[in-house]
Amino acid sequence: MIEVVDLHKAFGSNNVLKGANLKIEKGETLTIIGRSGVGKSVLLKHIVRLLEPDSGYIQIDGENILDFDRKQLMAYRRRFGMLFQGAALFDSMTVDENVGLSLREHTNTPEEEVKEIVSEKLRVVGMKGIENLKPAELSGGMKKRVGLARAISMNPEFILYDEPTTGLDPIMADAINDLIIRLREELNVTSIAVTHDMTSAYKISDRIAMIYEGEIIFAGTPDEVKNTDNPVVQQFIRGEAEGPIKAV
Amino acid sequence: MKTHDINRPMERILGMFGGKIIRFFAGIGKVTLLVKSLIFNLPFFIKRRHLVLEQMLFMGVNSLPLVIFTSIFTGAVSAVQAAYQFHNYVPLRYLGTAVGKAVVIELGPVLTGLVVAGRVGAAIAAELGTMKVTEQIDALETMALDPVEFLVMPRYLAGLIMLPVLTVFADVVAILGGLAVSVWFVGVSSYTFLNGFKSFFEMQDLFAGLFKAGVFGSIIAIIGCYQGFITEGGAEGVGESTTRAVVLSSVLILVSDYMIAHLLFG
Ligand SMILES: Nc1ncnc2c1ncn2[C@@H]1O[C@H](COP(=O)(O)OP(=O)(O)OP(=O)(O)O)[C@@H](O)[C@H]1O
Ligand SMILES: [Mg+2]
Repeated sequence: MIEVVDLHKAFGSNNVLKGANLKIEKGETLTIIGRSGVGKSVLLKHIVRLLEPDSGYIQIDGENILDFDRKQLMAYRRRFGMLFQGAALFDSMTVDENVGLSLREHTNTPEEEVKEIVSEKLRVVGMKGIENLKPAELSGGMKKRVGLARAISMNPEFILYDEPTTGLDPIMADAINDLIIRLREELNVTSIAVTHDMTSAYKISDRIAMIYEGEIIFAGTPDEVKNTDNPVVQQFIRGEAEGPIKAV
Repeated sequence: MKTHDINRPMERILGMFGGKIIRFFAGIGKVTLLVKSLIFNLPFFIKRRHLVLEQMLFMGVNSLPLVIFTSIFTGAVSAVQAAYQFHNYVPLRYLGTAVGKAVVIELGPVLTGLVVAGRVGAAIAAELGTMKVTEQIDALETMALDPVEFLVMPRYLAGLIMLPVLTVFADVVAILGGLAVSVWFVGVSSYTFLNGFKSFFEMQDLFAGLFKAGVFGSIIAIIGCYQGFITEGGAEGVGESTTRAVVLSSVLILVSDYMIAHLLFG
């Protein structure tokens, strides 16, 4: 279980997180929603300690990840796969090298097997046969899917998805939703996904959490979210410009 | 790279004396951390030899034409200037000595350093800066791979090795440039010129020059990587880091040149 406790984070005078609390249970898919710029990506980055909070902490099975030394941190990070919002593929490497990097660096898997795993992971994201292309030759949606293949290459325990369906056509977006569901069902992966896509959120999530003004103001099942009387959540999920949240 | 926030109340008090001073010392602190991590990662050069080799090729191929071109003119101008200063005071048979000493000790390493800072230092800062703003460095970190091992160590070793190599080329070409000017325009024979060069040539001068070149190569790589790592804010930020990398490493090359001269010859 991952626990985010009273997380505060400011960048200069920009107070992004102001006491965020969140629990992620083993084997669940939790989706984080909230307006652009509210701190969703910042929260995800704290979970793998790419960012460190000003105060508050994050626990994994009762251990504070801020207490980890470099070696423990590396071991901790190896339990994760992360899909970045901008895919963050390594420009200097081919698709094959990107997806196979962790396997080649962290395991003794024979080269042929690595190649097989890479093409299998590419197949599940619908990108078979592009192993030798460079990221610069891919479209935005293709990069995203290669990023996803890279995130799942090691069959991690935890996957963090930063907007997995943004930039994909609706058919591909739904295929990625199915993939996320399948990873949970078949491999019991614990997932945290950030998304603006409410259709996707309802479909993949066990629970949905909303960030607003630096805090998690609501967390519940998709049904609880739909039926809540919290006006902020209602305005957001309905996508209305009028309401407690000011659009502009 | 994880860097540590400087203490906040401290920041407010010191803020009165200007953010620049704080950033300067914070910068020194971060560079020190980077160097510490670099030293720790040096033993991985065997495992990463293909990356080191790739960077060495890149530095060499990228810089050699420009280094050669600059060196011809450096040698040529030092011959012209020396001949002018010798005029009626020093016999021209010492022309080769003056050009040789100046090139081997100072001009070869320093100008090679400055040229490489402009080309390679800028390229390092731009590449790593782009990786930083597109979250590729974060991606390495989350994949439990050390950016210092992957990115900094190969560039550092390439700088440390290739700058002296390039300097040897620069020295040879500059002396040939000086020789050409002496023969064609000053009227000193090539025998006299080379004799003047050889009879006062000292191995320790060459080593001093190459030692400097190694220091300059280290400066270029470390400053380029550091500026890349601290890049923020998209393409504009990458542009700023690139400029800062070139300016800062050029200044540090000249300052360290003086300090080394003081140590070795002072
Ligand atoms: N490294 C950083 N340095 C300074 N400010 C940052 C940094 N990262 C994020 N921020 C700021 O933190 C705030 C939250 O950013 P974040 O990327 O988490 O938004 P988000 O909720 O993911 O938005 P989106 O849905 O548009 O991706 C923004 O105001 C952003 O400017
Ligand atoms: Mg985001």
